[in-house]
Amino acid sequence: MANQSNAQNNRVMKFLNSKKVVPYILVSPFIVTFIVLTLYPAIQAFIMSFQRILPGQTEFIGLSNYRRVLSPTFYTAFQNTTIYVILTTLILVTVPILLAALLNSKATKYSTFYRASLFIPSLASIIVAGTVFRLIFGETDTALANQVITWFGGEPIQWQYQSWSAMFLMVILSSWRWMGVNVMYYLAALQNVPPELYESADIDGASTVQKFFYVTIPHLKPIITFVTTITIINGFRMFEESYVFWEANSPGNIGLSMVGYMYDQGVQRNDMGFGAAIGVIVLIIIFIVSIIQLKFTGAFKRGDE
Amino acid sequence: MKKWFGVLTLALTLFLVGCGDGNGDNGDDAAEGDAEEIVTVGEDLEDATEINLWTFAGSHAEFFEDAAVRWNEEYPDNPIQFTAETYPFDQMHNNLTLALQSGEGAPDMADIEIARFPNFLQGDIQLEPLNDIFEPEIDNFIEERVDMYSDENGDYYGAPTHLGATMVYYNTEIMDEAGVDIESIETWDDYIEAGQQVTENTDVPMTTIPENWYGIWPFIRQAGSSFFDDDLNLIMDNDENVEILEFVSSMVSEHDIAEVTPGGHYHAEEFFGFMNDGGQASLIAPTFYMNELMNNMEDLSGKLEIRPLPEWPGSDTRSVAMGGTGTTVTNQAEDVDLTKEFLAFAKLSEEGNIELWNQLGFDPPRWDVWESEEIRADNEIYDFFHDDIFDILLDIRDDVVGVHMNQYTPDVLDEIDSNVMFNVIRQESQTPREALEQAAESIRAGMQ
Repeated sequence: MANQSNAQNNRVMKFLNSKKVVPYILVSPFIVTFIVLTLYPAIQAFIMSFQRILPGQTEFIGLSNYRRVLSPTFYTAFQNTTIYVILTTLILVTVPILLAALLNSKATKYSTFYRASLFIPSLASIIVAGTVFRLIFGETDTALANQVITWFGGEPIQWQYQSWSAMFLMVILSSWRWMGVNVMYYLAALQNVPPELYESADIDGASTVQKFFYVTIPHLKPIITFVTTITIINGFRMFEESYVFWEANSPGNIGLSMVGYMYDQGVQRNDMGFGAAIGVIVLIIIFIVSIIQLKFTGAFKRGDE
Repeated sequence: MKKWFGVLTLALTLFLVGCGDGNGDNGDDAAEGDAEEIVTVGEDLEDATEINLWTFAGSHAEFFEDAAVRWNEEYPDNPIQFTAETYPFDQMHNNLTLALQSGEGAPDMADIEIARFPNFLQGDIQLEPLNDIFEPEIDNFIEERVDMYSDENGDYYGAPTHLGATMVYYNTEIMDEAGVDIESIETWDDYIEAGQQVTENTDVPMTTIPENWYGIWPFIRQAGSSFFDDDLNLIMDNDENVEILEFVSSMVSEHDIAEVTPGGHYHAEEFFGFMNDGGQASLIAPTFYMNELMNNMEDLSGKLEIRPLPEWPGSDTRSVAMGGTGTTVTNQAEDVDLTKEFLAFAKLSEEGNIELWNQLGFDPPRWDVWESEEIRADNEIYDFFHDDIFDILLDIRDDVVGVHMNQYTPDVLDEIDSNVMFNVIRQESQTPREALEQAAESIRAGMQ
């Protein structure tokens, strides 16, 4: 008897340990959480986007939610978000490369200190950071930013009430926050550039700038692609950067993002179906943009092609 | 094959990224988190029925806490174990919406702010009608206030916290300096005239106009107009409302007696400092603003005189009930009847109304207590303002109107807050008619 059950146990263990099964066991925690917490809600959200959902009265209303999505307000949100994505991508992809190169250079003293101080903002809660930013860029003459401007002889600016300055506030908050993280990515990649390449470039008489463009940048390319992708996706998902300055309503919708619109309509107004429809549209937009961008940077190609 | 796998992974990742937000779990820092404060009463009582409340104001939680203590003293045979949880404003309302929508997790009682109230009167209403506790007392209430928390069938769902009558707070120091006798201000024309006298003789404006709906809604209601007609057609852009907004905007642009409120609204830190330093000669705000003045603008003590709104041509209305929180009983309450009785005890009874004044400094929605000794007893509010606050209110009690809400009212208020007032008053980039028409158009597009 004992032998039999041992044998059975062995067979079970053998099965679980077999090369075919082990990988699935190892990935199962991720797969399960993905299905329960992401895939199921996503499918549900897709279904909800065709419904009107009120307590106790849920009905299918066809494409009516989608018809309402394409309103001037959504267009404003789309425009704001797109501009925001372009600006943050430009800043958060290029500036960290320069900073990383500087930090990586042997000539920079105290580079650990600079690395830490660049990285710390990403640990701060964006609500706290946003509150500080809001006070710095207050509309009164005594707010810090306006004091600096008047000190240089400029006119105080009503930062939170004009569309250019509103965009500036959101971009600067986001850039300040994510700069350090991106610098870290680049630094890690820079450590992997073989020093021999720089040596041979030196022998060939390359200048520092030439070395940067012909040795450093090509080696950073995979990381650049990666950083660009996540910056674009994060940009389209932007919400807190606007929320901390204006909460639900910004004057003239100058701070309205697509996700902000979704939150406002779906949660604040309890129009879940409509919110879900906006969510689906945002998803499609991110998907298309990312595919184009990845195609363009050749991320789909295999290394040996 | 590998390539396709890559595409598939990317697709799934994007799906994950995109839909994480599709379910409203964004802003995790802003929207998540535990209650800021929890108070409990009657934990040690045997056989006590548990009742819990969600609110967004710590002072409301304390008010109910005190009521629970009194309840347990008065009804030792029917004790309650009361818990009040205070959450941030948005979080509380959003959580309540979701809990009622999904049918579980809601509290027995919840405070709902007036601008959010219509959201909770849609579909199969998940709140308990309060008609049976209201009806015996209804004549003692300012009915316009109670009606604000009712649905189209006239069922009541919320117990009011105050009357919140919109009044004018005159800064007598500035008025004296300008040589204006506030008793002579009877109509809005008088008000503008007085304003011109103020701006000529002092260097402060007569008032400031907030960029949210406080800058238009009271005026619209006072003039007898509304955002919707009786059949719920949107009329926010009709001639009458355009004229009213033109009047408001003329105070800023044409007559030059008003400015835009610093910080955009009366609850902004910037405004507190401005008002406290005598930055404007008068303030148009509801009675509940007395609290804000006492807590944040202490230097104004003894300087303010409260008066009804100046008269609008062709209307007797002297005040508009604004803002305000309705306390509701949800259909998930464990013991609906007891919860309702407790709510009536806390907020609808004479005693409860007196406590609203004594503890929270709110003008009670029951007018029959306005003359009671307890209300007239000396307190710091009378010291800060003046003794005859309730005489003034009694005088105009039939001339107070409320606001009427329906499921699209939040859309209207949203448009006003984010576009109309900003473009007309601050930017002056649109005429009142243009702004109202554009707002109405965008709301109509969303009306099903």
